[in-house]
Amino acid sequence: MINFSEVYKRYPNNYEALSGLSFHLAKGEMAFLTGHSGAGKSTLLKLIALIERASHGQVLVNDQNLTRLPKRKIPYYRRQIGIVFQDHNLLHDRTVFDNVALPLIIAGENHREVGRRVRASLDKVGLLGKERSLPVALSGGEQQRVGIARAVVNRPPILLADEPTGNLDPELSRDIMQLFEQFHQVGTTVFIATHDLGLIKTLLYRQIILESGRLAERGI
Amino acid sequence: MSFLKLNIRNHLLRHLQVMLFSLGQLWRQPISTLMTIVVIGIALALPAGLYVLLHNVEKVSGQWEDATQISLFLQKNITDEQAFKLNSKLQLWPKIKETAYQTSNQSLEEFRDLSGLGALLDSLPSNPLPAVIIVHPSETHLDDDAIDSLLSRLGALPEVELAQHDMAWLQRLRSLNKTAKRGISVLGGLLSLSVLLIIGNTIRLAILSRQSEIRIIKLVGGTDAFIRRPFLYTGFWFGLLGGVAAWVILLASLRLLNGPVNELARLYGSQFTLNWLSGSLFLSLPMISLCLGILGATLAVSRHLSAVEPK
Repeated sequence: MINFSEVYKRYPNNYEALSGLSFHLAKGEMAFLTGHSGAGKSTLLKLIALIERASHGQVLVNDQNLTRLPKRKIPYYRRQIGIVFQDHNLLHDRTVFDNVALPLIIAGENHREVGRRVRASLDKVGLLGKERSLPVALSGGEQQRVGIARAVVNRPPILLADEPTGNLDPELSRDIMQLFEQFHQVGTTVFIATHDLGLIKTLLYRQIILESGRLAERGI
Repeated sequence: MSFLKLNIRNHLLRHLQVMLFSLGQLWRQPISTLMTIVVIGIALALPAGLYVLLHNVEKVSGQWEDATQISLFLQKNITDEQAFKLNSKLQLWPKIKETAYQTSNQSLEEFRDLSGLGALLDSLPSNPLPAVIIVHPSETHLDDDAIDSLLSRLGALPEVELAQHDMAWLQRLRSLNKTAKRGISVLGGLLSLSVLLIIGNTIRLAILSRQSEIRIIKLVGGTDAFIRRPFLYTGFWFGLLGGVAAWVILLASLRLLNGPVNELARLYGSQFTLNWLSGSLFLSLPMISLCLGILGATLAVSRHLSAVEPK
């Protein structure tokens, strides 16, 4: 599903974030991406989300070669990936419902389908009663769950998460991880960047560990 | 078929939603929105108002459509018979369309009617007014040079004491009008450009203040067209509301002018009343404004939106 081969990423200031990284993530697999800060985790996720492009090497996602994908096709490519951010990235002047509905509206879904899917998605993250609230009225954990509901509302085959539990206490973090596991169980490819080693120790999934832009070792 | 229909309906519904959403965004900042709209309104009302005034001046000067006439004041010692002869001779000139002879007694009667000085005229020992031949040049000789040469030829006739081009002032007024029209076009062009810049700048600020939102929409797969749409509708609303504001400002100003103008016209014994906005201006003012709004927004969006990329 996600395939990196000999990927280099050098920024304009000559800083090399990734140096010849190769790895493969199978369809429907769930894995963690770890490593100390500055090891290249964010850069790796940015390459998958096409926020950045690789300087060298090949990135294949869902059978598409990202090095060759033209700019105008980027929006359609991104619709295949749900992204969960550490700082939620919600629109603060729209209701929870409107935030979750955004990917469907962008895709031009019809009105009835939008309502149905948004409610299903909010139900899954346990926020069905908060449709009409504004994000500021929610706790950090609830905002993160709105972010997850938005990421999965159009049922993308790939779910990326960048430090999704970064600002949450351990109990809430476990809840969030259980949510990700549920999506994994229905066949979604889940890839989570995190430095919360204590939390992922208890979860038996593969770990991809980065060290100075290279693969350090494979986990379980 | 029904799927296509549903798709189109869906599409129109989305546009309507974005349109209302943009209006709602403007509504949420009433003061700055109102200021922008009024500035646009004034910038467009100014040339439009001048145009309306000029149109009215044209209407006044148009009341003397064939007003180019030359008056020949005849020598005192010319008899009616000689004058008739001259009159019929002049009618044969190719440069002259028609002539009219007015005896000195007719001139006196006309003056008595117009001036109201009847009693005073009666006390004069003799008629001080000369006989007059009024000459209308033919249509092919109405330009300034032809009139001047005709005037000097007529003035040189022995029977004529004075040849006078009555409506020289009217020609000056018309040519002044033409100049003013050109001036208003230039002014209108410049002020339209400023409206374009005002709307462009307003949209630029709107883009800047919503950068994070644009980034998020791009991250969840929003196309450029999707992101552009609300800003274009913002330009649409500014244009439309600015046009309506221009229209209101113009009507209010003309209303203020209407009273004094009617009074002035009454004093001159004229039937003249100020013409309101003509139907075409009534429609074209908001339309021009609308186009400027959408164009300004398009320019701003194409310049500034591509700079906002997710980080």
